[in-house]
Amino acid sequence: MSADFYYTIEVIINGLMTGVLYSLVALGFVLIFKASGVFNYAQGVMALFAALTLVGLQNGQIPFAPLINSIFGTNLSTFGWTLPTVVAIVLALGVMVLFAYLVERYILRYLVGQDPVILFMATIGLAYFMEGFGDLMWGADIKKLDVGLPQGGNVWLESATEGWAEGFYGFYIDNLDIWATFIAVVLVIGLMVFSQYTKTGRALRAVADDNQAAMSVGISLRAIWVIVWSLAGFVALVAGTMWGAKSGVQFSLSLIALKALPVLMLGGFTSIPGAIVGGMIIGVGEKLFEYSIGPMIGGATENWFAYVLALLFLVFRPQGLFGEKIIERV
Amino acid sequence: MNATADTYVTEDGRTIGGPVMEMKNITLRFGGVTAISDISFDIREGEIRAIIGPNGAGKSSMLNVINGFYHPQEGEIWFRGEKRKPMKPYQIAQQGIARTFQNIALFKGMSTLDNIMTGRFTHMKTNMFWQAIWKGPAEREEIENREIVEHVIDFLEIQSIRKTPVGRLPYGLQKRVELGRALAAQPKLLLLDEPMAGMNVEEKEDMSRFILDVNDEFGTTIALIEHDMGVVMDISDRVVVLDYGKKIGDGTPDEVRNNQDVIDAYLGVAHD
Amino acid sequence: MFYREAGDFKTSYAADSQTFPIRLDRYGYYTTLAIAFLFVPLVISDYWANALLLPFLIWAIASLGLNILSGYCGQISLGTGGFMAVGAYSSYKLMTAFPDLNLFIVILLSGVITAAVGVLFGLPSLRIKGFYLAVATLAAQFFLVWLFNKVPWFYNYSASGQISVPTRSVFGYEVTGAEANSEAKYLFILVIVVLLAYIARNLTRGRIGRSWMAIRDMDIAAEIIGVNPLLTKLTAFAISSFYIGIAGALFFSVYLGAVEVGEAFGIQKSFLVQFMIIIGGLGSIFGSFIGAAFMVMMPVLLKNIMVGQLGWATDIAAHFELVIIGGLIILFLILEPHGLAQLWRLTKEKLRLWPFPH
Repeated sequence: MSADFYYTIEVIINGLMTGVLYSLVALGFVLIFKASGVFNYAQGVMALFAALTLVGLQNGQIPFAPLINSIFGTNLSTFGWTLPTVVAIVLALGVMVLFAYLVERYILRYLVGQDPVILFMATIGLAYFMEGFGDLMWGADIKKLDVGLPQGGNVWLESATEGWAEGFYGFYIDNLDIWATFIAVVLVIGLMVFSQYTKTGRALRAVADDNQAAMSVGISLRAIWVIVWSLAGFVALVAGTMWGAKSGVQFSLSLIALKALPVLMLGGFTSIPGAIVGGMIIGVGEKLFEYSIGPMIGGATENWFAYVLALLFLVFRPQGLFGEKIIERV
Repeated sequence: MNATADTYVTEDGRTIGGPVMEMKNITLRFGGVTAISDISFDIREGEIRAIIGPNGAGKSSMLNVINGFYHPQEGEIWFRGEKRKPMKPYQIAQQGIARTFQNIALFKGMSTLDNIMTGRFTHMKTNMFWQAIWKGPAEREEIENREIVEHVIDFLEIQSIRKTPVGRLPYGLQKRVELGRALAAQPKLLLLDEPMAGMNVEEKEDMSRFILDVNDEFGTTIALIEHDMGVVMDISDRVVVLDYGKKIGDGTPDEVRNNQDVIDAYLGVAHD
Repeated sequence: MFYREAGDFKTSYAADSQTFPIRLDRYGYYTTLAIAFLFVPLVISDYWANALLLPFLIWAIASLGLNILSGYCGQISLGTGGFMAVGAYSSYKLMTAFPDLNLFIVILLSGVITAAVGVLFGLPSLRIKGFYLAVATLAAQFFLVWLFNKVPWFYNYSASGQISVPTRSVFGYEVTGAEANSEAKYLFILVIVVLLAYIARNLTRGRIGRSWMAIRDMDIAAEIIGVNPLLTKLTAFAISSFYIGIAGALFFSVYLGAVEVGEAFGIQKSFLVQFMIIIGGLGSIFGSFIGAAFMVMMPVLLKNIMVGQLGWATDIAAHFELVIIGGLIILFLILEPHGLAQLWRLTKEKLRLWPFPH
């Protein structure tokens, strides 16, 4: 085996790790879409907002400090304490649940039964709102997020594989990516257990199947929405934390999260396994494409590869990999 | 009834011409399910032809075959003396077949007038350039077609709702607007899918009158699906009866009424 | 004089289907045109032209374009920024390759080229619908921006990767380039806006417009009245992209003068135009204009109040802008999905009957 071969393998592994993070964001989309038919464009910004909140709480930042300073001429910045990571995570989760409640109370409730496209547009509005709100609350500067996960290349793996071929210096894989993958797997298993074996989970599936019928057996649609948006907020927190720990908490995070859209195109909007496999395909696909073809055509192909792949895919298989075939009744 | 090969004369003295549409040995399957099996019948020029049968008999499928939403696996469709190639619904509309739907299929964002104007689509020809300029051919064409549409509006007695968005109209009126849209196309064959479903007696009477008047005034050939037996027997010239995707009866209302298979299908028969 | 249609009888179908059926509206329209052409050029200043008037007119063209596609034909597109870039780079290549070509022709051809690209990306619309299509158009957005960034031929191998407009004149007045004055730019764009608005109105009122709306409202029913879905959608993509391409060409050549593609035509621009038509009114020509006016004016106003009056930091004002835009979008979708144009219509309905409640 040549070094090239192993480097290709390394690209694939790194692609898989990136794909896991795409999958995490996509998972949030799927949860909300299944339960409420809302295509939540704001999922990416939710991840950003969750990460911002987490960092802010950890560092003991005073919310809206710059704004308050502007209005009252004060000079506030922090409370002067730092919170333990676990406490900050729990509090951030609380903020996401509150957020879910507010979304149901002030937006979804009034848009029930509207055209899906209108709902989609509303979530774009929501994304703008949250982005501005998050920036006002915590400031827009790039923040470093450290939740205590090991960072940097995995030395053990690198030294163990060094010299497998002439000129090959071992696999370089970020510890953080390994952890992210592990956490994502736990999260997905947890969600599946939750939806299969708990009463709430069954209610969720009932609503996803047929919300009229679910309502008629006494399931409260509004409560379900708050729950799924909270769940999606939780997933966003996890995704935001992972991305944030990897490349800092900043606006570009919500743009990366936009890649979850093509992931869904591949995986289908209603399938959790689809979201995961779709994420992997996009992650690996874009890394491999950039590695092999990128240098010939100027690079930075990651910007569009996922979307073009999804577009081509859609033309030939509109229902995605796992989605059910959409039959139009006349 | 004095039937010859090509024409016949109805009880009320109208002469019905030769076949406009002939369905020959049509079979339609969805996967393993056979929705229509080996059905043949014709629709003749100027007649009102009813397709009846219990739920799931294949009536709507038959209509969908006629206007091209479904393509039968077997059989031939002849329209105005020519064998029809497989076509898209819009091509069939351009050939002069119009229809209404069981569940109203109006353009909710448009007014009554605009909805009926859309029925004139196949008759309007000015190109994009003239449309953009408007003054000249486009405006002339618009006005000519508007006159025809206004005639339809008068005919259906819906002048007062001309500019109302159709979404705001009550059910019965929406059905009437949908009929108007189909009529505006001045079709050679008009398909009506349960035109009276969900209507009260008065509305049914109105609708029956419109159907008869359309047939009488414009000589439009009509094929309709309807559940209300009283109405069907009253207004149609010939009836074809389907059951479980098969044809079990075909003839004048009287003939069908006395057909033992039809009676069995509707009333049920003791299987022993 | 009352705002009333009583006594204003229509005696022909042409009069009945005119754009402004009520006399007062007609006068209002002519007055606006007269002011725009005769009065504004006399008082225009560089600040007003650059901060408000030119962007308003250019974004109005883009909104008209997107409204044709989304508001009339019901196809969502998030590729507006990318298509504007096509218009901008087409105009740049045309101007540099054919220095003698009249600027009107350059702008027109840029629109035509963008229309062709739009049709290409519109092809999947036959098979995919709704937000699936929206995501598909994101491919256009990201791919096109990348293309203009990475392929040097498009920016004539300039070292900075930017494109800058050469100086061009129309009827002896410079319209593009650093020396061009605001009046000339304004009038040049205004002429194009008025023409395009007139064409948009005509296309949407007749056979083609009704076929678009039929596809939007119910595509199955559209087919049974003889509308070819693919052809109709592609026509909408073509016309829409034509408008958006012209907007992009003007944005680059007349307004900005120099452009870096990712910055000028990024995805934020796609959303901006999308918001214009939601706030202004989907399926309304007038709505395209008020939506554009609103979205152009609001940031200027906010900045003046927050930074100018209250003395806040610029970035806080910018964040507030996002919050307000997002909030407004949600509010409009909940309260009035047909936007300001519908509010305007309802006000007029009330006025017609005033002082009677019904």
